[in-house]
Amino acid sequence: MFNNKKIFTLIVGGLLWLPQFALAAQVNILSERQEFLLRPFLDVFEEQTGIKVNVAYLKKGSLERLKQQPGSVDALLTVDISNLTAIADAGLFQPINSTVINQNVPANYRDPNDLWTALTARARVIYYSRARVKTSELSTYEALGKSGSKQRVCTRSGYHKYNVALISSMIAEHGSATAKSWLQGLKNNRGRKPSGNDRGQVKAIFQGQCDVALGNTYYMGKMLEREDQRPWAAAVGIYFPNQADRGTHMNISGGAVTKAAKNAAEAVKLLEFLSGNLAQYMYAQVNHEYPVKAGIGYSGIVQGFGGGQDGVKKGVFKQDQRNLAEIGRHRKQAIKILDEVNFDN
Amino acid sequence: MKPSFLSFGSWNLFTFLLALLFALPFLSLLLTAASGAENIWGHLLQTVMPGYLKNTLWLMLGVGSGTLLLGVSAGWLISMSEFPGRKILEWALLLPLAFPGYIIAMVYVELLEYSGPLQTQLRQWFGWLNYQDYWFPQITSLGGAVLMLSLVLYPYVYLLTRTAFLQQSATLLEASRMLGKSAGYSFLQIALPLARPAIVVGVSLAMMETLADFGTMQLFAVQTFTTGIYHTWFGSYNAPGAAQLSLSLLMFISVFIMLERYSRKKQRFHAQSSVQTAHPRYRLAGIKAFFALIFCLFPVIFGFALPAALLIQWAIESWRGVMLERFFSDAGNSLLLAAITAFLGVSLGLLMAFGSRLSKHRRVHWAVRLVSLGYALPGPVVALGVLLPFAWFDRTINNWAEATFGFSSGYLLSGTIFILVFAYLVRFLALAYGSAESGLGRITTAMEDASRSLGKNSWQTLKRIHLPLLSSSMLTAGLLVFVDVMKELPATLMLQPFNFSTLATRAYGYATEELLKEASLWCLTIVLVGLFPVILLNRQLRKSAPQNYQDI
Repeated sequence: MFNNKKIFTLIVGGLLWLPQFALAAQVNILSERQEFLLRPFLDVFEEQTGIKVNVAYLKKGSLERLKQQPGSVDALLTVDISNLTAIADAGLFQPINSTVINQNVPANYRDPNDLWTALTARARVIYYSRARVKTSELSTYEALGKSGSKQRVCTRSGYHKYNVALISSMIAEHGSATAKSWLQGLKNNRGRKPSGNDRGQVKAIFQGQCDVALGNTYYMGKMLEREDQRPWAAAVGIYFPNQADRGTHMNISGGAVTKAAKNAAEAVKLLEFLSGNLAQYMYAQVNHEYPVKAGIGYSGIVQGFGGGQDGVKKGVFKQDQRNLAEIGRHRKQAIKILDEVNFDN
Repeated sequence: MKPSFLSFGSWNLFTFLLALLFALPFLSLLLTAASGAENIWGHLLQTVMPGYLKNTLWLMLGVGSGTLLLGVSAGWLISMSEFPGRKILEWALLLPLAFPGYIIAMVYVELLEYSGPLQTQLRQWFGWLNYQDYWFPQITSLGGAVLMLSLVLYPYVYLLTRTAFLQQSATLLEASRMLGKSAGYSFLQIALPLARPAIVVGVSLAMMETLADFGTMQLFAVQTFTTGIYHTWFGSYNAPGAAQLSLSLLMFISVFIMLERYSRKKQRFHAQSSVQTAHPRYRLAGIKAFFALIFCLFPVIFGFALPAALLIQWAIESWRGVMLERFFSDAGNSLLLAAITAFLGVSLGLLMAFGSRLSKHRRVHWAVRLVSLGYALPGPVVALGVLLPFAWFDRTINNWAEATFGFSSGYLLSGTIFILVFAYLVRFLALAYGSAESGLGRITTAMEDASRSLGKNSWQTLKRIHLPLLSSSMLTAGLLVFVDVMKELPATLMLQPFNFSTLATRAYGYATEELLKEASLWCLTIVLVGLFPVILLNRQLRKSAPQNYQDI
């Protein structure tokens, strides 16, 4: 029979076996970026620093995990602004306090309270049919929602994070009421019910269901890389809207350090690495994202974006400088007006 | 005097506590819901909710009738008649079960959309220039969603009704035929009512799975009640609101289930004959045999063969560019989780069904029924429901360990695969419980009474009487849980431990980057691994069914 002492030894022995107790330096992260995209970066980081990176890949529910399991996660990597601002609001991040990151990343791409930093940027642009639309007919996001616009618009679900962020930026710019009537106008001008993903919007233009669509530069880069998808992508051009006023809406991928982090120093090191020259170059060249660090060149594909558009040279365009923290503040209102205009239906 | 609840015996208490353990997530949902500060209902009801409800209702009706039609007809044809190809179709009809709804949906979208191979080919043949030149059905629609989900969910109904048909006493049907009634009459008046509990379980499982689905609906741009839960939670970051919506979903389902139970309250069917005579099969010939074959082939081809063939083709095209080095660990993790959960699920489902049957206490019945509701909950809601109590437990242990021994014990339960298995059990125990319950329903209380009067206790009776008679029901349950765990995605994503991925999460990783072809190797493996238990199960079912098929 077991006596108490044996049971105690067993339990303590079992606890000590747990991987949490490994002595080597490590950092635990939640990542929205998928493993096949992130792992190459982490491999370099582990090689350079000797810090092992443990990852769980999820897009939904990270707020709940951080709340319920404080100390289990050191850093969060996202591919969108919404989780960063929501978790910052919930008080679950700590200031990053890194001079390296402050030098690498411009202030509008960092949280005013230093709770998160962007690592790359993606532009929310207008995809247009090269056959049916002239760039001179395009101008702004606002124009897509004007009544009498002859271009039929396609979008993915309005509730997708990229669209919610864009709608939030419209609220930040014009106020909720104007943003709502714009959204209603966008719905009235649509070529079909919101469906599909970003690549799906490109296909819808290729198909002729719509003339223009809202989409992300990132996916267009990915499509142009692939032989089987090039015909659709080639039928579609990229237009950077609002060049004459505030600039094109940008979303970010970013990172943050959790308040209860047990390996905060390692977490900061990881973010510093990801904002550094090598990682920024990889983001730009491999993923066709916009690096946030100054002086890192765009990929060849990205340099071709906006090719037919006046004022855009080698893919360089005017970006909306509004701090994304402000955009996060309007998220709830954005969802509300999406419901009110019943955008997806 | 009625014996008190506690003194009534260990079975009562055991069943009750077991059910309560798995009802913990509902408690945490209640607590979460109550913590909500803002009222979302007025806004939702005025805006999107009516549309969500309408879509949900149509979807339920559509998938309900689709699975009923396919499942019961196929079950009847296979178990009662003989036609060319029947022996192969008998197990082939189970194959679509291995396809997750979201994967078959992706495959069909890719195949049938404008830029897909089919329409491109049609345009070439007929010289059409663009989509205005011709009409083609829109796959991403409510109808498309109904078709997809019916194709992959009908096996629940087929599996359970076929088992029920096979276990029905042939003498009843023979009597009906000898009294001059037609095959159709015998089917409608005798076999169908006898199989009703099994059919109901099958169809409700299909409908509950439909309710919980988000992936397929998102792909097809169909907004359902679950869409509302997702938007409230992950769009507005309003978890209490999402919990409130989830609870009202549960209430709706409870009412639905109660109505069904009430409607057959007075009917308790047991196979009256102790002699399980083999079923004579009606040999179909000519045009009848042809139609039976075509009817049974349809779901096998469109629910399995065609999409699997496309996945194979894409896997061959793409395997060089994917993370092959992770393939075996992903498959191993999926297998491990599915096997553990299937084993535990079958055991727990049987214990609960048996305990509930023994018990005269309504409390026990209610607690057990509550557990079955988990099946209709969307994955993330289940995940939240299990995360709260286990993370609390872990934090408590951790604080104690730190205070007493000075070291941190970490997240013992909520940070390991324990929580995944528990979440799967919450979600899928209904499958095991439902199978066990409908299996037990076919065992007469007289048999139990006989065993008990011979001095055997309830454990011995369970072992000697029920287990042998229930083996096929339990296998069915094990298969359903196994395959469903292989396919489960949203709860797995949310609760995954560090450095842990499964076939489903990896496939999702590619699919969310809009890389369907890269995902196909993993999708295909989910389907192929799901085949093994399907085949195994079918062998066992054959063994347990009467062997000496006679033809008349």
